[in-house]
Amino acid sequence: MAISSINKIMRTTAFKLSAIYLIIFSIFATFLIVYIAFNTQVLMTRQMNATIQLEVRGLVERYRAGGLNALVKVIEDRSRRPGASLYLVTDFRGHYVAGNVAALPKWVMDKRGAVDQAVTYQRLGDVDQRKQYKAVVNVYETFGGYRLLVGRDIGERETFRKVVEQAFIVSGFLLVFLALLAWLFVSRKVLNRIDMIAVASRHIMAGQLDERLPVTQAGDEFDRLSDSLNVMLSRIEGLMQGLKEVSDNIAHDLKTPLTRLRNRVEVTLASEEAGAETYRDALEQTLEESESLIRTFDALLRIARVEAKSTQIEKTTLDIGAIAADMAELYEPVAEDEGAVLTWNSPSLQFIDGNRELVSQAVANLIDNALKYAVRHVAEQRQAQQDHEGEQTECTLPEQARIDVSVATNEGRVILTVRDNGPGIAKEDRQRVLQRFVRLDKSRTQPGSGLGLSLVNAVASLHEANIQLDDNEPGLVFSIGFLQMKPNNQGTEAH
Amino acid sequence: MHVLIIEDDTEAAAYLIKGLQEAGHACDHAADGDEGYKLASGQSYDVMIVDRMLPKRDGLSIIEQRRAEGDETPVLILSALGEVDDRVTGLRAGGDDYLTKPYAFSELLARIEVMARRRNPGEVETTYRVADLELDRLAHTVKRAGEQIILQPREFRLLEYLMKNAGQVVTRTMLLENVWDYHFDPQTNVIDVHISRLRSKIDKGFDPALLQTIRGSGYSLREPA
Repeated sequence: MAISSINKIMRTTAFKLSAIYLIIFSIFATFLIVYIAFNTQVLMTRQMNATIQLEVRGLVERYRAGGLNALVKVIEDRSRRPGASLYLVTDFRGHYVAGNVAALPKWVMDKRGAVDQAVTYQRLGDVDQRKQYKAVVNVYETFGGYRLLVGRDIGERETFRKVVEQAFIVSGFLLVFLALLAWLFVSRKVLNRIDMIAVASRHIMAGQLDERLPVTQAGDEFDRLSDSLNVMLSRIEGLMQGLKEVSDNIAHDLKTPLTRLRNRVEVTLASEEAGAETYRDALEQTLEESESLIRTFDALLRIARVEAKSTQIEKTTLDIGAIAADMAELYEPVAEDEGAVLTWNSPSLQFIDGNRELVSQAVANLIDNALKYAVRHVAEQRQAQQDHEGEQTECTLPEQARIDVSVATNEGRVILTVRDNGPGIAKEDRQRVLQRFVRLDKSRTQPGSGLGLSLVNAVASLHEANIQLDDNEPGLVFSIGFLQMKPNNQGTEAH
Repeated sequence: MHVLIIEDDTEAAAYLIKGLQEAGHACDHAADGDEGYKLASGQSYDVMIVDRMLPKRDGLSIIEQRRAEGDETPVLILSALGEVDDRVTGLRAGGDDYLTKPYAFSELLARIEVMARRRNPGEVETTYRVADLELDRLAHTVKRAGEQIILQPREFRLLEYLMKNAGQVVTRTMLLENVWDYHFDPQTNVIDVHISRLRSKIDKGFDPALLQTIRGSGYSLREPA
């Protein structure tokens, strides 16, 4: 368990990033410290050598002026000062003449000029005679084989080096510690967020499609990711919902006629003294019923095709004014037969870019729908009126079902409007009626596939047209705003 | 008449053949595009029924090639379930009519019978006559038993189409396509209402009734047997 959780942590992006960051930072820090330390060392050494050379020059001057005695005197004088430099004068045999050095490696006095490495020595007059020091020294030969050594203890420099070393180690530890801390913090936070998202998505996968990924108030990249995933989920949920509704409704809307069909065949076959006439009747009814089934299937396929926004659906320049007038004219006798009044005000030469077949079908569906509901509504009201004869003398009847089709332009759109004085659609149902198979409860029992308006919806969305449903007080105003085609690109309409 | 069916769905083809034979037509069947082309170029048919999607060779290319070779046989194109039923491309390729599956057999039968008849137009008739009903296409007049009947322009075109195909069954969608020039499925009885208006003008008060309803199919203008 512990190993697997460590494994999990090691595999996290946060860990990898922290590790890379730590390594890069360490390299940089090491380089910086080493560079500073080295340069300081070099600088200090150079400074020491310069001081020493200056002193040597001074001492040589003394020697020239006052001879050996003066030199020895000066050296003995300087040797006694606290924290003094290193002095040694030897004769040509290498014997001690003056100075504060007790012991030195022999080879040092054979060198000339600045000795390029630190020299270990013991100091004269120390309590502990064997204590070793280190120094940078210069050796100078004077006349008569006398040699003069001047040096500077580098204890101070060593101390500095040690301080730097220690700082380096301490800061190294501190760096690793802080990096670990930062990584723990980051990875915990990030892992938490990711775990939350993972848990939520597992729930969603398990079928809880209404669940959403958590969004904090931070507004960070995780929130943005969750937000867009949530939008996607909503879309998927909507589609699933649609699919579910479709299959539920197919179950109802197609199963019912199929069952009826089958029952009729069954009953006809079962009746023993059925004559040719009965068979014929049953078969004709079956034929009609199956035709209406085919129709429903056709409509479903068509909607699916239009909704898929197939690019193969050819669009041309259409005169929607003419189409609307044609459709109104086509339906006018139907309206008259039903006792309704169908009027239209649809000037031609209102151009849109569209598919003629689909647009004309959409217009026909709208008129058909309006007619169906308005006629039924008026009939119902008349019936109600008759039932309450005498009670409501002041109430006037909606004398007739009225449907009006109009086409007008408004702000770059050609708006096709179909008005009726039917029952209208309650505000909350207006979006729903555009969906497949949705029929408001009142009309469930009435004939119709419930696909008419969904085709209208699909066609409108294929043509990037907007749909608006309003109250006609009483009745429904259904308008579709198609994008108007500019008169100057009507080249295709020329013939 | 002699019908060539190029259709890879053997069950659908068998059903088609049975239906057509019962309606008194002889059928040949090809189950793929190559065979279909061979049959179509081998002999002359009155009508060809061609499915769009076929194994080995696409239905439209057969039609295009036959047309390029000068074959004028009327062609009814079938397009399968779920395919893009783009009638425009089908008709452009040389098809004369177009049906989307699932189709009603009566619709198919009515269409091919009308198509086959149209093949021999002879001279362009200026007057159609069925029993004592007479339509003058040039003068735009209609007479029944010598009596002038006033028709609206659309009613005239409706009657003109019915008389042109007198004796044949025409379906509601055929009427919508040919009289109104719209290709979609009218949900309600729109066409029926137009027909009954026409009927009240040409048949009311005359005997016999010429405009007959063929149940499950459509209408037919004919003298009752």
